Amino acid sequence: MIDSVAAPLWCAAALLATAALAIVLGRSSAATRLVYGATTAISAIALLVAVLRLLSPAPDASSLTLPLGLPWIGAHFRLDALSAFFLVVVNLGGATASLYGLGYGKHEPAPHRVLPFFPAFLAAMNLVVLCDDAFSFLLSWEFMSLTSWALVLAHHREPESQQAGFVYLLMASFGTFALLLAFGLLSGPDGSYAFDAMRAGIHAPTTRALVLVLLLIGAGSKAGLVPLHVWLPLAHPAAPSHVSALMSGVMTKVAIYGFIRVVFDLVGEPAWWTGLLVIVLGSLTAVLGILSALMENDLKRLLAYSTIENVGVIFVSLGLALAFKANGMDMAAALALVAALFHVFNHSLFKSLLFFGAGAILTGTGTRDMDKLGGLIHRMPATSVLFLLGCVAISALPPLNGFASEWLAFQAVLLSPDLPQWALKVAVPAAGGMLALSAALAAACFVKAYGISFLSRPRTTLAEAAHEVDRFSLAAMAILATLCLAAGLLPGFVVDTLAPVTKALLGGRLPMQAESPWLSLVPVAATRGSFNGLLVFLFIALSGALAAWFIHRFGSRALRRAPAWTCGFPEFTTAMQYSAGSFSQPIRRVFGGVAFLAREQVDMPLPGDIRPARLVVIMTDLSWEAIYAPLGRVISLVADHMNFLQFLTIRRYLGIVFLLLVALLLVVAIWK
Amino acid sequence: MEMMAALAVQGVQMALVLLLAPLLTGIVRKIKARLMRRRGASIWQPYRDLLRLMRKDVVLAENASWLFRTAPYLIFATTWVAASLIPTFATGLLFAWSADLIAIVALVGSARFFLALAGMDVGTGFGGIGASREMMIASLAEPAMLLVVFTVALTAASTQLSTIAAFMASDQVGLRVSLGMALVALIMVAIAENSRIPVDNPSTHLELTMIHEAMMLEYSGRHLAMLEFAAFLRLLLYISLIACLFAPWWLASSSDGPTGYVLGIVAYLLKLLAGAVLLALFETAIAKMRVFRVPQFLGAALMLGLLGTLLLFVTRSIT
Repeated sequence: MIDSVAAPLWCAAALLATAALAIVLGRSSAATRLVYGATTAISAIALLVAVLRLLSPAPDASSLTLPLGLPWIGAHFRLDALSAFFLVVVNLGGATASLYGLGYGKHEPAPHRVLPFFPAFLAAMNLVVLCDDAFSFLLSWEFMSLTSWALVLAHHREPESQQAGFVYLLMASFGTFALLLAFGLLSGPDGSYAFDAMRAGIHAPTTRALVLVLLLIGAGSKAGLVPLHVWLPLAHPAAPSHVSALMSGVMTKVAIYGFIRVVFDLVGEPAWWTGLLVIVLGSLTAVLGILSALMENDLKRLLAYSTIENVGVIFVSLGLALAFKANGMDMAAALALVAALFHVFNHSLFKSLLFFGAGAILTGTGTRDMDKLGGLIHRMPATSVLFLLGCVAISALPPLNGFASEWLAFQAVLLSPDLPQWALKVAVPAAGGMLALSAALAAACFVKAYGISFLSRPRTTLAEAAHEVDRFSLAAMAILATLCLAAGLLPGFVVDTLAPVTKALLGGRLPMQAESPWLSLVPVAATRGSFNGLLVFLFIALSGALAAWFIHRFGSRALRRAPAWTCGFPEFTTAMQYSAGSFSQPIRRVFGGVAFLAREQVDMPLPGDIRPARLVVIMTDLSWEAIYAPLGRVISLVADHMNFLQFLTIRRYLGIVFLLLVALLLVVAIWK
Repeated sequence: MEMMAALAVQGVQMALVLLLAPLLTGIVRKIKARLMRRRGASIWQPYRDLLRLMRKDVVLAENASWLFRTAPYLIFATTWVAASLIPTFATGLLFAWSADLIAIVALVGSARFFLALAGMDVGTGFGGIGASREMMIASLAEPAMLLVVFTVALTAASTQLSTIAAFMASDQVGLRVSLGMALVALIMVAIAENSRIPVDNPSTHLELTMIHEAMMLEYSGRHLAMLEFAAFLRLLLYISLIACLFAPWWLASSSDGPTGYVLGIVAYLLKLLAGAVLLALFETAIAKMRVFRVPQFLGAALMLGLLGTLLLFVTRSIT
């Protein structure tokens, strides 16, 4: 029972039932507790099932066909190692978000707009991962998009949410359309929608290339690949914070699942240049994403942009895996795929944690504008510790988990000399440099996020009056922070758990990490490179404690409080501190000119003029200006010119229909 | 027995870097002073400063948080651990495999992350300016450093420092253009990361151009001692790293007897001294640059690192 696909399907059904229950409960006061309590329990059960499935020693795929969906075809479901891994990611995020919702949901002004969609969204993500035919996959995918769209519009009266919802809906349908075409190509003229048939079929090289490009558009737009990312920083922050966490931490991962499922499992052998394409797109996404995050002053938008960066990092590893796979280097491909999947897991942990923290700040202060925050470390002690752990993890600093997956990615990059193609030999180290650049910028970004909102002096009365959040929210954050630490200290365990996945997809696996001495991470060989998070952590803790003990014992332990020194020049107002904008100014000056065409305009009044001086920074979103804005203009132009079609007489409409019919018949006749 | 020897080497290494770090800075300061025709403080002055600071009271800003108080120990410990994992006088350190070159770079990054946070804690303009500029510099220096790591690691087919050192000391290396570029880039990064002239001035106070000192401005007493010590250790770390990667001669290994270790230590001391002399000469000969010239300086390091990596595939070594 536990190994079969039926167990997670029952969980998905229970989530759908919870959604129905939420509709029935409507606005009643117990609804929040009941719904989130139920989703916590169901997600925890599904998580347990998935973890047991992933750890079980005999991983045969279990499949099931239900008489749903298209007649005579039915809905196919399948649970293999890859699905089980993504089920873990989905349900871990789901369980913690539900737990967080138990506390956070109480502050929701319109719970009836969130509660029915939340369980349905969770169910949809579970189903996407389980589906084994194109029809039910697309149906679940679209259901996932629509439920999350409804959640984005939970606060539908705010103009930002309206715009976010509109852009999101457009991009989501566009993405699904691309996926539809991809599956159409894969299923061929016979229309065999089941994944089994696609897997068994032999596809022409052009088909494979087209499918990959369509997947990059379809799944890439959902995951946030540049330049299809424009909806993401609008939509993710607009939703309630625990939904933002799910969208950023989990839904982007489901999109990545879709990419891996089709490209690694269904299509067959990739061409080497597909790896290059994915690597280039991924590294561009990573750097542009984190640079945009650095320019943000809104905490949740900053986190959303940082999601784009992490998706880029994951895609670089996936591209490496494709490149190695195309050249038959199974071990190296397994290493790159493990790096990607490990980062998927890590990002789902720390991004959820950080969004929960942003939600806690929103609850505690009522704002997410960093320039209104400051000094929260005194007012929200528990949140500040947990948020700090999240910041360290996402900045890829040892010994937390973000570093472990980044390190694996670097190790995979260092295997590139064995690749035969020159373009890859040159591009892979350059992509490694881009990864390093994005990691360093991420550290800067999260120093800014933490330093401006939690450290320094309160900038407004909102921050002064901040209060700590409830214990459910703290528990959810504490679980994620603990997992971040655990995955960083014992990365070998995660790598071993991923072995069945790489074995199924690539035929190779990394050496068993549990057998390496002192539980270190040894992906290839001990002389090639190894890392031991646990020992590094112990060394730092021990030597830090030793230094502190020594000084307090033999030096001084006296301590006096006094006003801050600031070079003898007292600062009278908190406005004299560094703000979010001033923190990122040096980086904007270095990178902004290229990435955002950033310009500064100084408006300095003449002497004697009493109007205030102004400094305006103008930044351009290049992908918006270069792609979306012209596209929008073309569409409105065409729409304007076609407008007359709305005001014709019935005779003309009938005439047009008749002429079109004749034209189509002619086309068919000539075609034959 | 072998285990005990390795443990002893590791212990000696930890003590050695700790004891030598202030001396190295003292020597650099002394040479700089002599080059400027000043007499300069004794080379033992950094030790005296540290002892004095450790015995003094801490004067803490009123709104300083726990992060401000714990960060100095964390920064010191992280830098110490990173410095202890570099083969200075002997390879085959007991714990060398627990962190490779990438991890050592990242450990230095962790220390910087917490120093930048600590700089922002009290909420003064100077702290913010220091943190912001430090992160800007790091955002260029760290990728440059990793590209240097790539060049070296691709040449030696390993990121493990003892393997790289053994490879670099062997005859297989020869002169390579890419390694030369990597060396130049590494030196540029080391200058930036240690807040030396021309990027930052380590002896400045009360100057709007200061970066590293600006972050530590609110620190006093034992906390300041820890941060100063960490800065000494970081300088030692980078010089040891350059020595280990590009001058890995007379490194003792476990097969050598006691004489090998003594030779290793003497050689290490000489390498440090050479590094100190070169650094002092360089710093005296050059003027500090404007903050917004630094990105160009580090951009050059980044490009050198990238070119070094790419040239690895197109050039052959001269052996």
